[in-house]
Amino acid sequence: MVNFESHEYDVIVIGAGGAGLRAAIEASAQGARTALICKSLLGKAHTVMAEGGIAASLGNVWPQDNWQVHFRDTMRGGKMLNNWRMAQLHAQEAPDRVRELESWGALFDRTSDGKILQRDFGGHRYARLAHVGDRTGLEMIRTLQQNAVHKGIDVYMECTITRLLKAGDRVTGAIGYWRESGKPIAFSAKSVVLATGGVGKAFSVTSNSWEYTGDGHSLAYWAGAELIDMECVQFHPTGMVWPPSVRGILVTEGVRGDGGTLRNSDGERFMFDYIPDFFAAETANTIEEADGWYEDKVNNRRTPDLLPRDEVARAINSEVKAGRGSPHGGAFLDISSRRKPEYIRRRLPSMYHQFKQLADVDITSQAMEVGPTMHYIMGGIRVEADTTATTVPGLFAAGECAGGMHGANRLGGNSLSDLLVFGRRAGLGAAADAAQQSSGPEIDEDQVEEAVAKMREPFGRDGEGPYEVHRDLQEMMQKNVGIIRTETELDEAVNQLKDLKDRSKKVMVSGHQQYNPGWHLALDLESLVTVSEAIARAAHMRKESRGGHTRDDYPKPSEEWGAQNIAISQGNDGEMEARITPLPEMPAELKVLFEEENDA
Amino acid sequence: MPDFTIAVLRGEAEADSEWKDYTVEVDEGQVVLDVIHRIQATEAPDLAVRWNCKAGKCGSCSAEINGKPRLMCMTRMNLFEPGEKITVAPMKTWPLIRDLVTDVSFNYRTAEKIPAVKLGQPQEDGDFRMHQADVERGQEFRKCIECFLCSDVCHVIRDHPENKENFFGPRFFVRLAELDMHPLDQEERIDLVRNDAGLGYCNITKCCTEACPEDIHITDNAIIPLKERVIDASYDPIKWIGRKLSGK
Repeated sequence: MVNFESHEYDVIVIGAGGAGLRAAIEASAQGARTALICKSLLGKAHTVMAEGGIAASLGNVWPQDNWQVHFRDTMRGGKMLNNWRMAQLHAQEAPDRVRELESWGALFDRTSDGKILQRDFGGHRYARLAHVGDRTGLEMIRTLQQNAVHKGIDVYMECTITRLLKAGDRVTGAIGYWRESGKPIAFSAKSVVLATGGVGKAFSVTSNSWEYTGDGHSLAYWAGAELIDMECVQFHPTGMVWPPSVRGILVTEGVRGDGGTLRNSDGERFMFDYIPDFFAAETANTIEEADGWYEDKVNNRRTPDLLPRDEVARAINSEVKAGRGSPHGGAFLDISSRRKPEYIRRRLPSMYHQFKQLADVDITSQAMEVGPTMHYIMGGIRVEADTTATTVPGLFAAGECAGGMHGANRLGGNSLSDLLVFGRRAGLGAAADAAQQSSGPEIDEDQVEEAVAKMREPFGRDGEGPYEVHRDLQEMMQKNVGIIRTETELDEAVNQLKDLKDRSKKVMVSGHQQYNPGWHLALDLESLVTVSEAIARAAHMRKESRGGHTRDDYPKPSEEWGAQNIAISQGNDGEMEARITPLPEMPAELKVLFEEENDA
Repeated sequence: MPDFTIAVLRGEAEADSEWKDYTVEVDEGQVVLDVIHRIQATEAPDLAVRWNCKAGKCGSCSAEINGKPRLMCMTRMNLFEPGEKITVAPMKTWPLIRDLVTDVSFNYRTAEKIPAVKLGQPQEDGDFRMHQADVERGQEFRKCIECFLCSDVCHVIRDHPENKENFFGPRFFVRLAELDMHPLDQEERIDLVRNDAGLGYCNITKCCTEACPEDIHITDNAIIPLKERVIDASYDPIKWIGRKLSGK
């Protein structure tokens, strides 16, 4: 029998970004004994990298804004594949969550009358993003962190969960290891919240950090939960492209929100050539109108530079392919010709800093070179909108690892608000569920023993190291399951994943188990391969183009596919299964909002 | 770019850490963290390093590079002369865990000692009102990415670990100043600043300010105004009489 440390809680929250922190605060406020478990130090989660802002229809800049408009923008941005109920709750509750953050100490930028200032972003009809310069994510995570430390929540830092524990159908806790010592740690929990973020490290060009290895998606999948919309992957249009060592690092959409425009190597503002019919009624089709929109939003339509991210990413990709790219294979993004240096430094301080320090580019006088970078996964664990309950009893999910909220494409700014709205709901849902359970579940030592044995396997082996397998996986996914997809490449991906899965099970780790990054990566490979397979299989199945899923061989959206989600789950034989399930139908009172197209 | 020789201080205890030399190929635009990653992927897969965002936003990859406090992800290799030997060591002020990773839990314990912000009621429409000029003072401090380099270089605890019991460190003077300057905060923390936080130990050498990768003016904008607040609160004759009468 292995020795292991164990703890008992009502609710454990796995992941301590915006969603996890907000969930833990809420569960604790409901009286649940709560633990927060994070792979990194507290306050370092990926939320810290969010730049532009939190979308919420506060109406501080444009009083015409309200939840219905935000809901409509979100659904249209998601190409109507969203779970309507999640999108509705999100739009309705986001303003209160932003105000709450302010009451917890967040210092947002202000309007002239002292209210929270809001900025323009892609796909949002009105200036809607509450922000702090271009470091809104940092403000959000620090505010939540500073609130959480006084709530009696136990925080387990640098602690990675590798398996959920179960009793029958129900999730009863989790098992993982301390990064520092490599020793196992088990949790008994009446309910478990997953808030682990995304999957970016399955791709080679990504804005995501090392933590984004699809842990929550995989933990849920192995525990029997269903994943949906995994084919819907967001390539953010503006990542850095040069120098190579920074390729993929995010350039906030706030650059375009604050006046930046895209040009090709001929100096043309090419976005005017890529306005889809779906957004034609609300998008400026001349440079004059687009330029006028920055100052007068009533009489002008929005610049196509601020179309939703999927549209802009595909446009840049096409320009580069057509030979009109920038010297290092991107597009030019310029804000210096419209805005004064002081304005740029005040509004976009970290972008100024980032380009100056990492690329020797002064964005107050020079154009940036930008190109698509894997940024976000819309797909995730299927949840019930109101409670965030997954399809497995005792298991909840919120934030990027949950699916449905953003449909086929997420609008910028809707992630931070998603974290707050559904983080809170997950805390409520999990605490209420835990209160129904009479006693804390026993930790099943057999499951712990099995998980611990699996963790230690890589030490005894002889073979290749984890870094090679990871690099090959990233390159394969980037090449075959990237921004533009076709049948033959997706076939290739599914095939190659079998081989990569085999290799990932045989990697060797040298050294010992104390803070050993090679070992950590070896263990992360299992979830990386799992989510990669889910993405490839779902992308293979969906024979249409919609939002973040673009098929070269099926370039148009189809009405039939628009009414269906692809659900992924583990079959009895342990193999991955994909099936089609109907998209929940929107009630009539919400459908009305989409019939008033002339109003756009 | 030519090959570089990098010496990394490796070990599991400060007493027996050793410098290990690695010769690495460096590509255009690379930063020290890229080089550390290359060493991991080739020669030393178990080389321990903490990192997350690789864009200077999370404050995880703090180290002492050529003896200077720096973020590895924001230190470009072209800063160094070809052939120059580069050293990378963990932060000295925090207990070593392994290689470049240190135990910074002191800072998390300290954070718990600072009472949270306490705002009054919002206006009737549900919104608070604050003016941009007023929030900007606090915003400077909220740029802090908690890399803990300021406290790493602070000689009060770097050279005298025993002072950690009675000294919060520059990171938390920044936090206390931010709360003190919050336009709507109603909590009183000045006794904490004077007593438990140990502000008096600071003799304004500005090492913290020089170390800050976010260019926060820690000494001028946070520590000195806090020191002035302590003096005002402690030596206000009316408050002094009040304290005498109430016996506090």
